[in-house]
Amino acid sequence: MNARPEPVKLAIVDDGIPMGGLLMEVKNVSLRFGGVKAITDISFDVKKGEIRAIIGPNGAGKTSMLNVINGFYTPQEGTIVFRGQERRAMKPHHAVRQGIARTFQNVALFKGMSTLDNIMAGRSVMMHRSLFWQMLWHGPALKEEIEHREKVEEIIDFLEIQHIRRTPVGKLPYGLQKRVELGRALAMEPSLLLLDEPMAGMNLEEKEDMSRFIIDVNRQRGTTIALIEHDMGVVMDLSDRVVVLDYGKKIADGTPDAVKSNQDVIDAYLGVAH
Amino acid sequence: MVATVAAARGTLDTFPKYLLLNARRFGDRPAMRHKDYGIWQSWTWAEQLAQIRALALGLQALGLSHGDKIAVVGANRPRLYWTFAAAQSLGAVPVPVYADAVAEEMAYVLNHAGVRFAVVQDQEQVDKIQSFSDRIPMLREIIYDEPRGLDGYDQSGLTAFTAIQERGEALLAADSGLAERWKQGIREASGDDISVMLYTSGTTGRSKGVMITATGAVNAARDTAEFDRLSEKDSVLAYLPLAWVGDHYLNYAQGYVSGLCMNCPESAETVAQDLREIGPTFYFAPPRIFEGLLTSVTIRMEDAGWLKRKLFDYFIGVAKRHGEAILEGRPVPLSGRISYALGKILIYAPLRNVLGLSNIRVAYTAGEAIGQDLFSFFRSLGINLKQLYGQTEAFLYVTVQKDGEVRADTVGPAAPHVDIRISDSGEVLFRSPGMFAGYFKQEDTTAETLTEDGYVKTGDAGFFDTDGQLKIIDRAKDVGKLTSGALFAPKYIENTLKFFPNIKEAVAFGHGRDFAAAFINIDLQAVGNWAERNNIAYASYQELAGHPRVYEMIARNVDETNLRLSKEPVMAGAQIKRFLVLHKELDADDGELTRTLKVRRAFVAERYAPLIEALYDGSTEKYVETEMTYEDGRKGVVRATVKIVDAKTYPAARPEIREAAE
Repeated sequence: MNARPEPVKLAIVDDGIPMGGLLMEVKNVSLRFGGVKAITDISFDVKKGEIRAIIGPNGAGKTSMLNVINGFYTPQEGTIVFRGQERRAMKPHHAVRQGIARTFQNVALFKGMSTLDNIMAGRSVMMHRSLFWQMLWHGPALKEEIEHREKVEEIIDFLEIQHIRRTPVGKLPYGLQKRVELGRALAMEPSLLLLDEPMAGMNLEEKEDMSRFIIDVNRQRGTTIALIEHDMGVVMDLSDRVVVLDYGKKIADGTPDAVKSNQDVIDAYLGVAH
Repeated sequence: MVATVAAARGTLDTFPKYLLLNARRFGDRPAMRHKDYGIWQSWTWAEQLAQIRALALGLQALGLSHGDKIAVVGANRPRLYWTFAAAQSLGAVPVPVYADAVAEEMAYVLNHAGVRFAVVQDQEQVDKIQSFSDRIPMLREIIYDEPRGLDGYDQSGLTAFTAIQERGEALLAADSGLAERWKQGIREASGDDISVMLYTSGTTGRSKGVMITATGAVNAARDTAEFDRLSEKDSVLAYLPLAWVGDHYLNYAQGYVSGLCMNCPESAETVAQDLREIGPTFYFAPPRIFEGLLTSVTIRMEDAGWLKRKLFDYFIGVAKRHGEAILEGRPVPLSGRISYALGKILIYAPLRNVLGLSNIRVAYTAGEAIGQDLFSFFRSLGINLKQLYGQTEAFLYVTVQKDGEVRADTVGPAAPHVDIRISDSGEVLFRSPGMFAGYFKQEDTTAETLTEDGYVKTGDAGFFDTDGQLKIIDRAKDVGKLTSGALFAPKYIENTLKFFPNIKEAVAFGHGRDFAAAFINIDLQAVGNWAERNNIAYASYQELAGHPRVYEMIARNVDETNLRLSKEPVMAGAQIKRFLVLHKELDADDGELTRTLKVRRAFVAERYAPLIEALYDGSTEKYVETEMTYEDGRKGVVRATVKIVDAKTYPAARPEIREAAE
C-alpha cells in the first residue's frame, strides 16, 4: 500500500564490540620527526559509542595523534589496538577498510565536483565491480551504483543538504563545505569517525548546526567519534571524555568536568612559566 | 471534464466526497508527489485514498470525532495534506497553523481553536508545542511525521504518523465492513459542516479563526477551477505556507475538485530547482518572487557572453513590442510574428525552462501592487500571468482577471458568482460562494465585519475602473474625504508622487479639509546628482531642499501627478493644490518613520502642525524650528523658512463613471 519507500538505513558497522566496550587502545605511542618529538609516550583508549575529544594548545600534537590513528604517520614506538587487532604500520586506505574515516582541519574536498559526487566518492571503497563493468555502466555496476546512491541520499537527507546536491562544492560557503566533508566521511560507514577541528572558522550558527549533527551522528547511528577541537565550550558540551595534550605529552584524561578543574590543564591553557 | 464537474454539482459538497470520486475516475493518475531522498515519490488518487483511509481510521481509534479540531503544523508535506482530508472524512475540522509562528502566537491559536490533536512535521514543532503545553489543556496527542531527534522523548501524548496509519490498517484488516462504513460516513456527511478553520496571520491585532463551510469551499473552488479550466492533467507546486488561505485553496481545494496533481518540494531551499523539475501548469507567486526571478535573470545575462547578451536584448525588445499582443490574440504584423517565433526558439523557451515556467497555462500574482514593467516582462514571454484579489474571509477569490483582459494596475472584475459593491466610504464589500461562516468564538467581530444585508467588509478601499475592473487603493481606515465629499486616499497620492525619482517620501493631507496638500521629501541622491550636473552649489540637505530650481522641478512632478489623478474619476477630486518641500528628511530616529520606513502619518501631522496650518491658510512661507536627532544621538534644532507653493489642478475626466460601473 505504501508507495513511499522506507528510508534506507545506513548500517552501523557491526564489529562485535558492545556499546561501551573498548574500540581502540593507543599504547605508549611516540612519534618523532628527526629530533623533534611530536608525541611522547601517549596512551589512551576510545570506547564504542562515545564522543572522545583530544584537546590541547597549539602545537600540542593533536593532529599528529589523529594522523597516527588513521595510519598517515607510523609511530616509532608504541602500538594501536583497533577492534582487537594490534597494528603499527599501515596506510590510510587500510584504515578506511578497517572502519576509520576522517575529516580534515582544512576542508579537503574535490572543489569542482558536486556535493553528490563528493559524497559518492566516499563510497568508492565499497564498490566492488571491476573497472570493466563500471565503464560499461550497465548491469551489475549500475545496480551497485543505485544502491550506493540510495545510501548517499540518506546522508544528504540526514545532513539537510538537499538544496546543494548539484552545486559544485567550491562555490559553497565554508560551513556547508564542512558539512559535505562530514557527509563524505559518513558515506564510508565508519566505526570510528575522526574529526579534525570540525568547527574551525565557523560562525556561531554554523557551530550550533555542526554540534547538532555530531550529536545526531553519535546518538542515532551509534558512530564512535574522536574529535580535535579548539573551541573549549564545544568540547566540554559535546564530549563524553577528554584527553588533554601539551608539548606532545598527555597531561590529563577524564570527563569534561574533571579536566576543566585539573590544575595542569589550566596552566597549559592560561600559560605559566615552564 | 467541465461537463462532469457541472453534473456533479449539488451532490458533491465536501472534499472527502471528491476524494472518493477521484479515486474512481482518476484512480491511476498521480494525485500527489513529494521529492524525498532525491527522487519524486508519487501516489495515485487510489493510493492517496488508501493513505487517507488508514490515517482517518487510526485517528478515529485515537478518539478524533465529529466537530473536533485538529491542528496541522509544518511545511508542505503529503502527510499533512492527507490530514486535511482524513479529518474532514470524520467531520473533524483541520486547523492549519503557521509553522514559523512564535510560541506565544501558536499557543494562542491552538488554545483559541481548542484543538484536541496536532499533526506536526518534526521535532521543532513538537518542541514548540510542548513548551506551552500547560496553556493548551484540550490537546491530547501530538502526531509527528518525521521521527528524527524524537527518540529520547517521553512518548506519552506523542505518536508517530506511521503508527497511526498502521493502527488504521490493522483495524481495516480485522473488520471487513470498516472501509465501507467509513465511505458511508463520507457520503452521508453534510455540506454545512465546517471544512476548515483558517487563522488570519494577525498583522493587525490577534489572529481570528475564519470558519469556511464545506459547501462554500467546494463551490468556490469549483467556480475558479472551471474559470481557469483546471483538470486532472494540470499540476501545481505546493510551496506556499500551509496555513495560508492561498495554499489551502489553490492546491488542496482546487486540487480535489479538479483532480490535478500536487507536488511537494523537497525543502524550502530547493523550491526553484523543484519548480524546474516539475514544470507546473498552474502557478501562484507574490510579486516579490517574480521580482526575484527577473533580478536573477538580469544578473546572469550581465555575466553572459557578448553574443548571448545581444541576442537577449534584441529578442526581449521584440517580446516587449509584440509578446503581450500575441498572448492575447490581438493582431500583430507578420514580421513581428516571425521575429517572435524566432525569439521563442532562441530565447523565450530556454528562459522559461530555466525558470521552471515552461508548461505554465495560468499564473497568478496577488498581495501587493506589481510594477507594470515586471508584469509585462513575464507576459511578453508568453506566460499567462494574471492578477487576483482575495481574502481569507472570501476563501480566497474576490476578483480575478480573465484571459485576454489583463492589466497591471487593476485586480480584475468580480470572480464567478461573487457580488461586489463599493460602500459610500469607498470600502470594497463582497458576497461570495466561499464566504466565511463567521469568526470562531467571535460573534461580535463577525457582526462588525458583515453589513446588514450580508456583505463582507474587506477593509480595503477601492473603485471600479472605466472597464469594470476593480482597483484597490488603500486600507479603508486610511481613506478620508475632503469637505467637498471627494474621496481622499493618501497612500494612492503618495505612491503616485513617489513614482518620480526626485521624490523620496511624501505625506498627503486632506481628510476633513477643503483640498489635498502634501509635504515632500526630496531624494538627496537623485536631486544631488541633478544639482551637480547643473552647477547648483549647496551645503546641506536643507539648502538644497529650499533651492528655487528644486522647487521648480518638484512643481513639475506635482503637476504631472495631478494630471494622472485627474484621469482617475474617483481620485480626481483630491488633486494636490498646495505643497511644500520639507526642510529635513523624515527619519526613523525622530519617530517620523517606522523602523520599516513607513510614514507615521499622525505623528508627522502633530509635529509639523504649524506647516500644515500654513498649507491651508494661504501663506507663502513659514518659519519653523524643528528638533532633530543627529546620527551620533545628539539632538539639535533646525530652523528654516519653508516656502509653500500652489500647484495647478486639472478638471476631472468623466466624473459620472462610478455609477456606471456599479
